[in-house]
Amino acid sequence: MSSRQVVKRAKYKTTVKDPGTPGVLKLTQDRFVFKPNDPTSKTKLDVEFRFIQGHKVTKEGSKQPPLLNLIRAQGSCIFELESFADLHVCRELVGFALNRNVPGEATKVISEEQLSPAEMALRIKLLQEDSKLQRLHKELVASGKLTESEFWATKKKLLDQDESRKLKQRIGFKNSLIFDTKPMSDGRINQVKFQLTPEIKYQIFALKPAVHQAFLNFVPSKMNEVDFWNKYFKAEYLHSTKNAVAAAAEAAEDEDLAVFLKDDEILEIEARKKVRRVDPTLDMEADQGDDYTHLPDHGIFRDGSKDISEAQNSLYKRTLLQDLNRQGAVVLEGKTLDMEMEHPRTVAEILARRKQECDGVVDEERRNRISKMTPIEDLQAQDNHPYAPLCIKDPRDYFDSQQANAVKTLDDSQAGMEQMKCSLGSEEAYDSLRASISKIKTTGLRDPLFSPDVALKVLNGLTKNITSTKYHLGKSSQESVLDILPNSTKEKLLDHWVCSQELLRHFWSSYPVSTQNLVSKTRRLKDSISQIYSKLEDIKVSAESDLRHHVSLVVHPMQQALNAALLHYEADIRKRNARGQKPNGYV
Amino acid sequence: MPSAPSKLYADDVSLLVVTLDTNPFFWSTFPFPFAEFLSQVLAFLNTILLLGQLNQVIVIATGCNSCGYVYDSTSDKNHGSTTGTMPALYSNLLHNLDEFLARDRQLDADASHAPGIVPSSLLSGSLSMALCYIQRAFRSGPMPPQPRILCLQGAADGPEQYVAIMNAIFSAQHSTVPIDSCYIGSNNSAFLQQASYITGGIYYKPPQLDGLYQYLSTVFATDLHSRAFLRLPKSVGVDFRASCFCHKQTIDMGYVCSVCLSIFCEHHDKCSTCGSVFGQAQLDASAADRQRKA
Repeated sequence: MSSRQVVKRAKYKTTVKDPGTPGVLKLTQDRFVFKPNDPTSKTKLDVEFRFIQGHKVTKEGSKQPPLLNLIRAQGSCIFELESFADLHVCRELVGFALNRNVPGEATKVISEEQLSPAEMALRIKLLQEDSKLQRLHKELVASGKLTESEFWATKKKLLDQDESRKLKQRIGFKNSLIFDTKPMSDGRINQVKFQLTPEIKYQIFALKPAVHQAFLNFVPSKMNEVDFWNKYFKAEYLHSTKNAVAAAAEAAEDEDLAVFLKDDEILEIEARKKVRRVDPTLDMEADQGDDYTHLPDHGIFRDGSKDISEAQNSLYKRTLLQDLNRQGAVVLEGKTLDMEMEHPRTVAEILARRKQECDGVVDEERRNRISKMTPIEDLQAQDNHPYAPLCIKDPRDYFDSQQANAVKTLDDSQAGMEQMKCSLGSEEAYDSLRASISKIKTTGLRDPLFSPDVALKVLNGLTKNITSTKYHLGKSSQESVLDILPNSTKEKLLDHWVCSQELLRHFWSSYPVSTQNLVSKTRRLKDSISQIYSKLEDIKVSAESDLRHHVSLVVHPMQQALNAALLHYEADIRKRNARGQKPNGYV
Repeated sequence: MPSAPSKLYADDVSLLVVTLDTNPFFWSTFPFPFAEFLSQVLAFLNTILLLGQLNQVIVIATGCNSCGYVYDSTSDKNHGSTTGTMPALYSNLLHNLDEFLARDRQLDADASHAPGIVPSSLLSGSLSMALCYIQRAFRSGPMPPQPRILCLQGAADGPEQYVAIMNAIFSAQHSTVPIDSCYIGSNNSAFLQQASYITGGIYYKPPQLDGLYQYLSTVFATDLHSRAFLRLPKSVGVDFRASCFCHKQTIDMGYVCSVCLSIFCEHHDKCSTCGSVFGQAQLDASAADRQRKA
């Protein structure tokens, strides 16, 4: 990354609507330079990234041209690039440069692995979105305590979660039924006109494979496009008249028209592939009716009426169920974005090629679609229980629950460890317990159950307990033990808590030490842990006199955890040194 | 349990499952007598039923060798009648409790118990039975009353029940059933602390046991709807330490199997839970991670 730079043609603009000055934009890791094509122009730029506060880019797919907006104090620098691909390259470098120019950052540690640009952009995006993660990254990686790969190894869940979010949004397909397209009629002559847009043609091809196939066969070798669509809509008219006899007669006269009236060949092939191609979210049982349309009394005709007497001409009938199922299948298949809608023949050829490609990977597509059905977030129930989560995502949330143990005044040093002694045997113990039950049976309940003085004492104790809990743990359940501390001390403690948790996690996962990499890693981590230990000691000493005891109680368990790691490191060093002397003959 | 009537419950109707510690070895050594304790608990149960006609109370006795249902306010088997000294609730519960203790002692007769260490109560068993009852209540009608579990526990934690208790706690959390804990033993109970923390219940250790009824009716009688408006005692800290699977001891640093997440206090060559082999000679790096807990 040291010699990375980008040179692109661009237009410099003062505002979004400015026509702009054409020139060349050169981006490096520390600055960007813009040189206009006209040497006499005064809009030359040479700006370092230290003065850039942020950057914005145009979203792909919008009507705006590809714009890159670099925000600085004295005004924005807007560049219009030639394509969105150029914009992506510039955006990656700008994001990297801005992240690299965080003040006070030391020399960047060289990453051990070769990152793809997508992975790098994803990490930068995560750091920009989460300021706490960015601060932790600066604390650990920028100062050389951890390497990039070590830091992100524990954040793999964040990376996977962010990647799956990208695939959620897909461009859909219009849900309007193409059969409802109304023709225009002037009313004067017995003639109607159909307004066909390229999208309508594409939808007709997607909905009706027979029409698609006929278009590829007949146009332009046998007839031109106008004649083709005339025959198509004549066939549609014959279908709408519910006159199967007339349709059969017309099919006998015109061989080309018969293709639209009798599409059983392609539908027969389609019916065999339909079960495999249909999206799993559809109701599969509804498709079974399509295979029985040739039987009497099966299927509902499109206009809702039943005509049993025309069984011999059932090939020329179509049912509403077939149309609806075909429409649903096409909508769920979606639409290809990069397809050009200008030339109708191009549309037909691209669709044919796409169908041929899809046939080979139909099963794989179906499996992917089934697995994609599960994590649709809209279909899942809301799960916002107020209880504690089962996995620790942020150590800050656990601070008061874990560290508040130190504030206890109860004698809990033997919690769970004390074994009570019992001098009685099992016979005597059970007998004494059952004797208590018999005693209650005999004498009944006391009246009163207990004295009013005891009740008053209990209520006063409860009130005092709740009040003191409020003092220690805050007025509401969201407040924590740190709220009585000053804000600066509280923030410092929480930052040290998060940092120490991360370091301890890496430290304990490095054992047993088996490679030279782990030896140097544990040494680095031990030094970092010692530094945090010293910082906690400084916080304890520098606290105000009335808060010193409280801060000391809070800091003590953190220091205990760090001290355990330091002791383990020393013991492990001693053990490995003792074992290392054996090859030298010191037995 | 008969099928629940299909009524529309209000949001303050409670289904309270009480687990009652009947460990005879604990009560033999505890200074507070069991008769006094039971009298106040009986009054508390009567209070819950008086707070609402639709409230339901179930009592599960937690023994050393077994657990059992000793009272069910929705049952048809409440054959006892009101005597001159106490209502039917009391006589039924006392009768069933006496029978339960007799059965529990018969189970104990097989093993000769030497005087010495107080055995722990089967808290995991009673929690599991309580959750089974609540699941039946969930599936009986369209709108069951809001269930919660109240653990009246006195014996110390048994580390050997750590896995079973944790599984019961996670089941309760998954079913959104709070576990309230009223611990009357000498020290705090780490298991009940974690149970109340994870499920959103109340953990309280009453300092004055002769006023136990006042604590129960003030703190633990509140239904789930009213808790949103009341200021209740808040637990000061939770002991998150776990127990190792090999020696059943409470630890704060140990080894974890990377396959089944079993916890051990010392390094093993093989996981005793799932059988995974650790630390092969060629693959030293694949040993189980060592993690610090709490």
